[in-house]
Amino acid sequence: MQIYICVKHVPDSAAHITILDKNRIDESISFLLNPYDEHAVTEAAKIKNNTPDSEVIAVCLGKNDAEKTIRSALAMGADRGILITCDKNYDSMVTALALKAAIEQDGTPGLIFTGKESIDAEGMQTMFRIGAVFDFPVATNVVKLDIEVDKAVVDCELSGGITNTYEMSLPCVLGAGKGLNTPRYPTFPDVVKSKKKPVQKIVFTDLNIKDSPAGMRIVELEPLHQARQPKEIKGDAGFVAKEIIRILKQEAKVL
Amino acid sequence: MMKNIGVIIELDKGRVKETNFGMITLARAKDTQLFAFVMDADAKSVKEVLESFGITKIVEVWLAPDQLNNPVTRAKAMINAIKEFNISMVFGLSTAMGKDLLPRIAAHLFAPLVMDCFYVDLEQKIAKTYQYSGKTIATIQLTGEVLVFGIRPNAIEPVKAQEKAQMLKFDSSHIVATGFRVIKSGGIDKTTRINLAEADVIIAGGRGMKNSENFNILFQCAKKINAAVGASRVAVDAGWVPYSMQVGQTGEKVSPKVYIACGISGSIQHFAGMKTSGMIIAINTDENAAILSNCDYYVKADALEIIPTLTKILDNG
Ligand SMILES: Cc1cc2nc3c(=O)[nH]c(=O)nc-3n(C[C@H](O)[C@H](O)[C@H](O)COP(=O)(O)OP(=O)(O)OC[C@H]3O[C@@H](n4cnc5c(N)ncnc54)[C@H](O)[C@@H]3O)c2cc1C
Repeated sequence: MQIYICVKHVPDSAAHITILDKNRIDESISFLLNPYDEHAVTEAAKIKNNTPDSEVIAVCLGKNDAEKTIRSALAMGADRGILITCDKNYDSMVTALALKAAIEQDGTPGLIFTGKESIDAEGMQTMFRIGAVFDFPVATNVVKLDIEVDKAVVDCELSGGITNTYEMSLPCVLGAGKGLNTPRYPTFPDVVKSKKKPVQKIVFTDLNIKDSPAGMRIVELEPLHQARQPKEIKGDAGFVAKEIIRILKQEAKVL
Repeated sequence: MMKNIGVIIELDKGRVKETNFGMITLARAKDTQLFAFVMDADAKSVKEVLESFGITKIVEVWLAPDQLNNPVTRAKAMINAIKEFNISMVFGLSTAMGKDLLPRIAAHLFAPLVMDCFYVDLEQKIAKTYQYSGKTIATIQLTGEVLVFGIRPNAIEPVKAQEKAQMLKFDSSHIVATGFRVIKSGGIDKTTRINLAEADVIIAGGRGMKNSENFNILFQCAKKINAAVGASRVAVDAGWVPYSMQVGQTGEKVSPKVYIACGISGSIQHFAGMKTSGMIIAINTDENAAILSNCDYYVKADALEIIPTLTKILDNG
């Protein structure tokens, strides 16, 4: 079985974001493999170990620098990578079409993984769009997965700790949630080995993705300014507690 | 031509959840028909309340109980309804249910979708949402025949606008989900009493809570002030509380009216999940904790002393 993992190269969550030209960010900051994708890679590697003749392929649509993210996926257990190189950022509709074109060129997916969301754009939809263009069933925020002969049984977490169990035919698309596993971070030998694994590069424009009238475009980015002016509440516990109650009642009007 | 706008109503035990009203307020516009799609209840029972917020057409999307449990049949029914009633803009909530429903709808219609919007301009077709862990506000231009918006719960103040609504039915009981079957639905985690994403007040604990038992202090207080209980990743990773309670970049993103942080330092990743809260109150023993310089009120004290005192005062009326 060929297992494809769609990975994204995203800014480190601790990085300072600077806005350029009103609608893009300064990308000379540290980027890494999207945290939720780590769970996807870990799960794919686990399935591979239990399934003879299977292969894990990390696919990424990104700029040249995104090869680093593919290398991280390779160090965590993927066998090889495909980088679709582009020089601008595309919306999730175009991304899904590009990923599909690259995957179809490469092989026959038995399973496709994504993370449940990317921590930069936080669009929460790429897995559904991949499913729609392939016409495969989709589940997201998957926290438990069993692969059987011709189906996948998944637990998906809704908020508040509610989980639903679904049975899906294969191939299917799964958005990995945090509860799925504990990512196995690469050891030094893993990193060394990953450098020798092949990464194929495809140029985005060679995939001939048709222009669509439907889409999403960022017209403006602005830093979120926090205008909070912290005020201290001083006094003994009794006084402080009463003051908090007063604030909840009179200012926030929630009591 | 008059435009048709649709809102997908989320119910809780047959009642319209409060957070729908802000969304409906946002979806109202001049010279439009405002459709409410109701899947989980007898539409007559919610007619009055929907009319009071300006809904002019109420569509009961009829599905059998087992179809209602299946996100694929729900999405397909909505896709058919959107086509049937010529809806050009679809609004839903960015709740757990919405996160599974809206992208399915948008993907099948090949329609643009912005999740977690806190502002939409229907005329310009732009939406505002947060990106980069809440560090930036993104203004996004949508283009297409159908546009889909996921609205962040609690982000918009509801305003009433009385209308009379026409009642319609849309039978979707013939729909089947191919390749996708529900085996079990539900399984509620009892420790999370009020849904975090929709709570008006959240009281959250971090490393400063020290152990799992001390979280009971927060639960007791939460009951008194009608709050949901959240946690930092440290508290979750330590196993004190389940992951479903985690607030932050890799947890739940919340915007309650009030967020009370107890023993939480205020890391970038924690802020990513709660920085849009109306008011932040921090209780922390360390005067250098980052959260103290980015909140509305703070107390330099032991949360394990302040919170029980607060609960006791409320107990005594
Ligand atoms: C990729 C990534 C994703 C992450 N995602 C998240 C996320 O989603 N959510 C999240 O929360 N974190 C996340 N983190 C972790 C984050 O960086 C912090 O480590 C974490 O938020 C710290 O939790 P804390 O505030 O409880 O603990 P600490 O930072 O240790 O702070 C504890 C605070 O409690 C105070 N304190 C101690 N005792 C008391 C007392 N008795 N009364 C009052 N105050 C007391 C201390 O002074 C201190 O300020 C993520 C990190 C990474 C790298």
